[in-house]
Amino acid sequence: MSKLVIDGVNRIFPGVRGAVPTEALKPTSLEVQDNDFITILGPSGCGKSTLLRIVAGLDRPTAGRVLLDGEPVLAPGPERGMVFQSYTLFPWLTVQQNICFGLREKGVPPARQQEIAAHYVGRVGLRGFEHHYPKMLSGGMQQRTAIARALANDPKILLLDEPFGALDNQTRSLMQELLLGIWEQDRKTVLFVTHDIEEAIFMANRVVVMTARPGRIKCDLAIDLPHPRHYTIKTSPEFSAYKARLTEEIRVESLKVT
Amino acid sequence: MFKPLQPVSGAAKVILGIAFFVLFVGAWSIATFGGHVPPTFLADPATMVREAINLFVEFNFAYDIAITVWRVVGGFVLAAIVALPLGILMGTYKAVEAFLEPFVSFARYLPASAFIPLLILWAGIGETQKLLVIFIGSVFQIILMVAVTVGSVRRDLVEAAYTLGARDSGIIRRVLIPASAPDIAEILRLVLGWAWTYVIVAELIGSSSGIGHMIVDSQALLNTGQIIFGIIVIGCIGLVSDFLFKAANRRLFPWSLA
Repeated sequence: MSKLVIDGVNRIFPGVRGAVPTEALKPTSLEVQDNDFITILGPSGCGKSTLLRIVAGLDRPTAGRVLLDGEPVLAPGPERGMVFQSYTLFPWLTVQQNICFGLREKGVPPARQQEIAAHYVGRVGLRGFEHHYPKMLSGGMQQRTAIARALANDPKILLLDEPFGALDNQTRSLMQELLLGIWEQDRKTVLFVTHDIEEAIFMANRVVVMTARPGRIKCDLAIDLPHPRHYTIKTSPEFSAYKARLTEEIRVESLKVT
Repeated sequence: MFKPLQPVSGAAKVILGIAFFVLFVGAWSIATFGGHVPPTFLADPATMVREAINLFVEFNFAYDIAITVWRVVGGFVLAAIVALPLGILMGTYKAVEAFLEPFVSFARYLPASAFIPLLILWAGIGETQKLLVIFIGSVFQIILMVAVTVGSVRRDLVEAAYTLGARDSGIIRRVLIPASAPDIAEILRLVLGWAWTYVIVAELIGSSSGIGHMIVDSQALLNTGQIIFGIIVIGCIGLVSDFLFKAANRRLFPWSLA
């Protein structure tokens, strides 16, 4: 059975003050297997974030349904960890307290919380920054904390909405390697939304391409590159072939919106 | 120093701040010692200092100050105890807001001083009446401002908390309240300043103690030195309470500054 089933999900935003309703997402179906790392690639405004928010339970589909391990998704919950594009660390909590947020909500004993937090602080390379407030951290460090915070809950699936979109190029590649490294060890199921083609290929075992608004899935491409992947793979001929193929797919869509 | 938005050094800031007080007292001295204003209307600084000493020695002015401070703080704390929960509820639940907002907005414009005759009728001229004036003057302002602050907490922080497993009560306790706490403290500081203007008005009418009462008595005796000293004392207490509030905020919310 699939880990996550997205079944005929669409989203129509009602028109405000007599305006025509906007269809953000055409009926979309997608099945995600356990341990998949899927990137959803599409031009901006194609409804890929809407799709992810529906999986997270932060938005409700107009029609269709989402099942996680066979259970329907109706509201947000800790079994679907989410990392947002905007920095959403709680500014009044330190790095460690941020990571413990979900654990505290679950009622995990404080000693155990500390242990788990320490583990994930190590995994994302933030040792020594446990007691810093988010304001004192760079954007990359904030997103690393956000990933640790989501993982600390041990979610069934990790959802990421362009988490590295606001970072500079160098930091972004380092973050991709970090996330991929974590996935190669834990094999957590991941759904990652991005508009960056290289990012999509580098991390995923499947790239799902979406059309321009109203979004629907245009192609679903398996990425057959060996693991562990090193950043040098980005210059290999296989990688370039994937890139050429996806660039063409995306270009057609981007032309529709501009 | 005179470039737009260019910061000045710490020392220059202090010197400039003091310079204005010096200028102010200088102008006052020229007007009074120079004989440009008759002493009946405005006492000179030396007379004022003499009268001030007289007030403390002969008339136990320290007691009046204490009574006034007690009234302000008492009325203000009562208002805060009632207003904070209501404001937080209004900011959190749109239904509560729809229910209370129109009335509170209306009540906010009712001048507290206009209630004094009515309050004397209801509560006599004792302490209850003084506290009620300050309560009425502060409570609606706090409710409304707190509601706006709580209602404008970043949505993405709330969404992040939901995906970490927070329930509604957790959202209020662990996101909405801590996120708006520094702004709420700032609101209280502001409203406490306004409470000071209400207490004096309350003491001008039907009172036998307090700074306002002293000012009315002095007017009957044409003792402008005492009146001016009373006004300066109020200013000084305001300055001190402001300073204490700011220091407390810096201590309580280091994360909002850093």
